Amino acid sequence: MNAIFNRKYIPLFATAAVLIVLYTIASVLYDNFFSILTMTNILSDNAYLGVIAVGMTFVILTGGIDLSVGSVFAFSTILIASMAEKGYSPPLAILLAVFLGLIFGLFQGILIHKFKMQPFLVTLGGMFFARGAAFMVNMESIGISNKFYDWVLDDLNLWINSEAFLPASTIFFLIVFVIGMYVAHLTRFGRSVYAIGGSEDSALLMGLPVGIVKVAVYGICGMCSALGGVLYTFFTGSGNPSNGVGLELDVIASVVIGGTLLSGGVGYVVGTLMGVLIYGTIQCALMFDGRLNSWWLRIAIGVLLLIFILMQRVLTRGSESDS
Amino acid sequence: MKVTDRIMSNRLLWPIMGLVLLFVFNGLYGEGFFKIEIMNGYLYGTTIDIINQGSKVMLLAIGMTLVIATGGIDLSVGSIMAVSGSIGALLVNESDYSFALIVAIALVATVIIGLVNGVLVSYIGLQPFVATLIMMVTARGIALLITNGFIYTFEDEDFVFLGNGHFLMLPFTLTIVLIMTVISIFITRKTAVGVFIEAVGDNERASRFAGINTKVVKMVVYGFSGLCAGIAGLVATSNIKAADTIKLGETMEMDAIFAVVVGGTSLTGGKFNLIGSLIGALLIQTLTTTMYFLGVPPAITAVPKSIVIILVCLLQSEEFRRMIMSVVRRSRA
Amino acid sequence: MNQENVLLRVENVKKEFPGVKALDGVEFSLKAGEIHALMGENGAGKSTLIKVITGVYQRDEGSMKLGDQEVCPESVLEAESYGISTVFQEVNLIRTLSVAENILLGRQPKKYGCLNWKEINAHARRALARLGIYDLDVTKELSHCSMAVQQMVAIARALDIDAKILILDEPTSSLDEKEVEALFQVMRNLRDQGLGIVFVTHFLGQVYQVCDRITVLRNGGYVGDYDIKDLPKLKLISKMLGKEIEDLESIELKGRHREPLTSEEFLVAEDLGRIGAVDPLDLSIKKGEIVGLAGLLGSGRTETARLLFGADSRTSGSTRINNRESRLGSPMDAIRRGIGFCSEDRKGEGIIPNLSVRENIILALQAKRGLLRKIKTSEQIAIAEHYISALKIKTPSPEAAIKNLSGGNQQKVLLARWLAVQPELIILDEPTRGIDVGAKAEIEKLINKLSDDGVAVLFISSELEEVVRVCDRISVLRDRKKIGELIGDEIDEQKIMQIIASEVSEERKSV
Repeated sequence: MNAIFNRKYIPLFATAAVLIVLYTIASVLYDNFFSILTMTNILSDNAYLGVIAVGMTFVILTGGIDLSVGSVFAFSTILIASMAEKGYSPPLAILLAVFLGLIFGLFQGILIHKFKMQPFLVTLGGMFFARGAAFMVNMESIGISNKFYDWVLDDLNLWINSEAFLPASTIFFLIVFVIGMYVAHLTRFGRSVYAIGGSEDSALLMGLPVGIVKVAVYGICGMCSALGGVLYTFFTGSGNPSNGVGLELDVIASVVIGGTLLSGGVGYVVGTLMGVLIYGTIQCALMFDGRLNSWWLRIAIGVLLLIFILMQRVLTRGSESDS
Repeated sequence: MKVTDRIMSNRLLWPIMGLVLLFVFNGLYGEGFFKIEIMNGYLYGTTIDIINQGSKVMLLAIGMTLVIATGGIDLSVGSIMAVSGSIGALLVNESDYSFALIVAIALVATVIIGLVNGVLVSYIGLQPFVATLIMMVTARGIALLITNGFIYTFEDEDFVFLGNGHFLMLPFTLTIVLIMTVISIFITRKTAVGVFIEAVGDNERASRFAGINTKVVKMVVYGFSGLCAGIAGLVATSNIKAADTIKLGETMEMDAIFAVVVGGTSLTGGKFNLIGSLIGALLIQTLTTTMYFLGVPPAITAVPKSIVIILVCLLQSEEFRRMIMSVVRRSRA
Repeated sequence: MNQENVLLRVENVKKEFPGVKALDGVEFSLKAGEIHALMGENGAGKSTLIKVITGVYQRDEGSMKLGDQEVCPESVLEAESYGISTVFQEVNLIRTLSVAENILLGRQPKKYGCLNWKEINAHARRALARLGIYDLDVTKELSHCSMAVQQMVAIARALDIDAKILILDEPTSSLDEKEVEALFQVMRNLRDQGLGIVFVTHFLGQVYQVCDRITVLRNGGYVGDYDIKDLPKLKLISKMLGKEIEDLESIELKGRHREPLTSEEFLVAEDLGRIGAVDPLDLSIKKGEIVGLAGLLGSGRTETARLLFGADSRTSGSTRINNRESRLGSPMDAIRRGIGFCSEDRKGEGIIPNLSVRENIILALQAKRGLLRKIKTSEQIAIAEHYISALKIKTPSPEAAIKNLSGGNQQKVLLARWLAVQPELIILDEPTRGIDVGAKAEIEKLINKLSDDGVAVLFISSELEEVVRVCDRISVLRDRKKIGELIGDEIDEQKIMQIIASEVSEERKSV
């Protein structure tokens, strides 16, 4: 009984252990790494990543994948910046960006579900499409200077102590994260997501609304990507069509490192949060070190992702031979 | 009747028609599109340019065709191009190796990267897009580490010749493409590799049970794709006489997948068509060139390209065909 | 027939798929409080009929009435709303979720906008209690439960939607005898509660154990509807096959049971085993000998064959081939040592669907020769044509894609693939499954001929009479163990069944 309980949560424990070990090592190596400030920085620097990762968690839980997140993210940053420059109200631009992200995701979902096309292929096409579309909006980076953004950046912060605070984007992320937890574990929709990832055929024969759920998760992911773009504009105060190249790997890595199986059906939103924090810790440690090229982050994440996928394979193989 | 049937059912029909349509469009609207001049004993003109520029996609498409035929995909080809380009440009600048040795080193490196893809897919059992997506990011990281983010330029004659030289009045790149085509056709027709690739792509488990070493087959195709990407990277670097590690080969994987899919090889694996992929590659290069003439920035051409890829895949989708058929039937009734 | 009693009446239902008439005027009726068997050979249309009733497919023609109400369910959900519940062939549950969730998925009770997990678990416990299961931890992940428990969970789910009609599609194929009896007890209880149960199975014995009525289908057509007492076993078989009883006897080849030609062992395996699949066992096959593996489904027959072919890696034991130690680490290895293997899973492990008949035939031979030494096209054609005529494979041309051939002809192509490598041992796992009687007899004749030519044959079939008819020697397996061996004249069905049965009782005593 106990062993069964344990096995189910092994990936989650492994993730937590990796997070703690990484953070401890970095704290030993670098002064001031172990501080509230660093912790809040790790969280707020990656708020945009976290929001997208929550959306991606749902897609991967159904056994799918969404490679378009980085491009949708870039599209939404440049759309908002460009609209703000032309004098539109930022809240309106934000709403439009999120809405377009949702529609785009839903469209991908329809192609995947209705025409049985491979998710990676459809979203790969979506990735190129949205990137091109981002450049169509504007070829260059645009800065955002605007009252609404000043208000968000200055007044919407949650101070923890005299020097550390959580900016609006991080608060947003935490809200999205809690909603994600609620949907995944306490709604029929969420359980259907798990069921489809466990076995789509079974879910269909059990009478679950497979089509709606599958299309919806891509919609959610598209929406989260756009929302991630919104948070990034808060973070950087600008929009850029070449933002987030390769972001899809970072997001997938965060989700998988967080214990969600790429084959679907198993995983936790809370694991994704830990995955994002692991990503943030590595990034932050490289920054503290200062000697290493930022490309080491990508290589490190790639290798870590590989290790976690391998670990999952060993574990799932182990439990298969058990039954 | 029978002849038209055979033409209609030929898998090369659609890419050729697409190519012809683009040519007609260019002939009508692009000035001097078909004009070919002889300068210094070499042929020059837009069509020649398309062949020269398209050589990179053609090279990638050859490797990608075989990968896709095994039911896989290689998203890392663009980054592999960056690796070979960086190695080439670095060594031309920093070492006194002969150019042949430099090419050999660069290509060995890219073949190794391809083989790593192959190991991840066959021995570790990762989904091909996952394995090569990781490699796509990691290989570009490696390329940046090689050059340390520095853009190496060079004037080395041999290296410049690779992408800009002429042979038999035509761009030398065409010769490279022809050699690689001949090699790949020889490998797939004269050895059992071709039928094994198709068998693995069609039903991997059954292939293993028939005694085919499916892992070796996959290693071969990913390694070969690495080789093709490596050559393409050297050509691309030579074209601009510099290795821009960040831009080199960026989104080329899309063009290669486009070429293969349009060329009649199904993304689900199985039967493949190398010539079709080459025509597909020419098609996408013509499209890129046309867009360029129309003043569309290259970054934006991703939009129509991705739409075409999705449309072709839609046409291959059983469900989509059935839907269209039922719509047609309903409108007739 | 008493009109009020009829729950479901299906009349003249037709369903066509591209190129196949899956159902052609089928009738079916189900009364309350009966267990009704739906019988037929593979391809008879049982599965299609069930899918039409449960809304997976929609009928092209005909009527389906629930009481007096004409219905045409568009989905499983709609069928469930009419009280039609199904437990499909492979237990269709979500193995990564808990028992309780599997019972209530899609209908979970809520409280304040959240799922009420406490009530979900309590409800699941009540649903299982109805089947007489009280001690199952409903929060356990389903993948950690035995097949029998999974089956019960599936039934609990099916009943929980207030079902009036319960359809069980091959529920017993992966259960052992004791579990089957437990299932039957549950079925009888449910029948007595007034449920109508449709029972689809290919185990003839089980039909007579539990059913009240039988409907027989053949080739998508309706054969008849009989009370169980009016249709003895032999008659049922003849209805299913569409042959008169005398015909049936005439197809049967006489058993051979002769001494093998030589005493030379081709293969000797000792302690061969794989943890979780086969307990270590000894096995030997002489040249020209036909050895059968008999046992129930899941007894380890296929698993043993796969170990011998190197398809799965062994965890114990050694094999000697022609007196030389051989690891047999992979199929390729086995082929080089002269072993061929025709898998039971024709679609998944046999045919390469889009390749031509010719390519499918030469594939193993080519693999044996290696990547580089390609067989010349002219030689390929000659080989293909030779086997097409020798095995009477019906194909428009050697270049036709194998997926367009019928099941029996695909099977022959696969046999040709292995004959082409001229093996010294050929392992045939269910070579006659799902193919028509004529092709069956031809394959049996071929096996005999191979053995006459000195080829060793390992033969696996779930049809006991076929094993008895074909083999010189039979190893009996049960629960992943080899529990006995019969040679020559000892071989008959009765004895095999006795071995399987007696060991069970002995074990029980010793426990």
